[in-house]
Amino acid sequence: MTTPLLTAEGLNLHFGAIAALRDVAIDITAGEVVAIVGESGSGKTTLLRVLSGLMAPDSGTVRWLGQDVHAMGEAARRRLMRTDWGFVHQNPRDGLRLAVSAGGNVGERLMAVGARHYGNIRGEALSWLAKVEIDATRIDDLPRTFSGGMQQRLQIARTLVTRPKLVFMDEPTGGLDVSVQARLLDLIRSLSRELGLAVLIVTHDIAAARLLADRILVMRRGEVVEQGLTDRVLDDPQHPYTQLLVSSVLAA
Amino acid sequence: MTPAIRTEGLSKAFTLHLQGGTRIPVLGGVDLAVHPGECVALWGPSGAGKSTLMRCLYGNYGAGAGRIMLRHGAGEIDLVSADPRDVIAARRETLGYVSQFLRVIPRVATRDIVAEPMIARGVPREEALARGTALLHRLNLPERLHGLPPATFSGGEQQRVNLARGFAPGYPVLLLDEPTASLDAANRAVVMALINEAKAAGTAIIGIFHDAEVREAVADRLFEVLPHQDAA
Repeated sequence: MTTPLLTAEGLNLHFGAIAALRDVAIDITAGEVVAIVGESGSGKTTLLRVLSGLMAPDSGTVRWLGQDVHAMGEAARRRLMRTDWGFVHQNPRDGLRLAVSAGGNVGERLMAVGARHYGNIRGEALSWLAKVEIDATRIDDLPRTFSGGMQQRLQIARTLVTRPKLVFMDEPTGGLDVSVQARLLDLIRSLSRELGLAVLIVTHDIAAARLLADRILVMRRGEVVEQGLTDRVLDDPQHPYTQLLVSSVLAA
Repeated sequence: MTPAIRTEGLSKAFTLHLQGGTRIPVLGGVDLAVHPGECVALWGPSGAGKSTLMRCLYGNYGAGAGRIMLRHGAGEIDLVSADPRDVIAARRETLGYVSQFLRVIPRVATRDIVAEPMIARGVPREEALARGTALLHRLNLPERLHGLPPATFSGGEQQRVNLARGFAPGYPVLLLDEPTASLDAANRAVVMALINEAKAAGTAIIGIFHDAEVREAVADRLFEVLPHQDAA
């Protein structure tokens, strides 16, 4: 088996008396899509924030290619966020610069990693806008003139243009039209297959997790209660909470 | 010759936590071995656990006890205890499954759905699309449907998409759950031919065939699956 890109062990985090993470362990390898599911308040988003270095755990370690993420210092972590990592926020406005054109949003991340040739940057931006199905004629428009679904696709293009190895996604299809969701699911999956991108996705959408994820982790009250092959966890759930979660989903 | 897939003492029970922890034993001590080029039909009354056995063989259901040894790559892998990543690799390279239901990302065209597992195995995109298209034609799915997502297709059309997706890659082991359930006589004949060609090419096949004509045409032997209490 290939070595995991990201490995976390023994993660604990308390907010006052509330345990947000309880002895959580997770790893992810290149080309894998891993979904974290569970109800609101189960610790999914907290886990994503701890894994991506945005929040420090009380105890436990997160390693990126063997390097301790929480010990590496702010500058090194920011560099990671610009290069090997990407973060797709639930609200696209948290991941976009609204006063910069669509093309600028995509090109800016390229410039941050050293691209200087204007023609190349614009060409690359255009090719990514095409990948996320945003019409080339909108390249000079501001994101605030875009619909929510287009903004989300633009955020994904902005995140992926630097070809990160791992992308953290926090409810990326929440609040989108079903048709746009489907397009995004297909896009995320083909990018993972074609570019070997690893994706760690937090979602409460079980149906989306089934179609997208290779593996799934079920969280409840800060704890991973069950994990494994996606279709096995969903079709043959072992933990009472997973059985409840799966049986509560409307068949689609 | 070692079997392409074999089970040793395979058992499976379901514990329903939402129903007060009711435990339903389904399979007990199943020993099944299937060799390359052989087609085995699971046989037994409705509710005996044929589908459960199929799902265990694919790793879709976890097993309670026993082993499922699949000849994969240079060695064997136990699907019961394997890491999920290894099960995924085994499904990509070695183990195909044609279920009764087509479950795919919405809005993806039929020809891409059929090509996807071949592309995952490293077949160049154009070749995968060509092979998929040829198989869809053979299964009498009209060309005008190839570019459409299968969500609005009839049951029989969806089943043929599923069959094309399952047969096109040429997996060494193929699981077929009622592959002709929604098909007319002409397409049933195509499926029987596909199964026999796969056998001739060395594929080990395990199937549930309720249709006696199909079963007799393709199965080399029956494997009896009995309700658990009878088997004990």
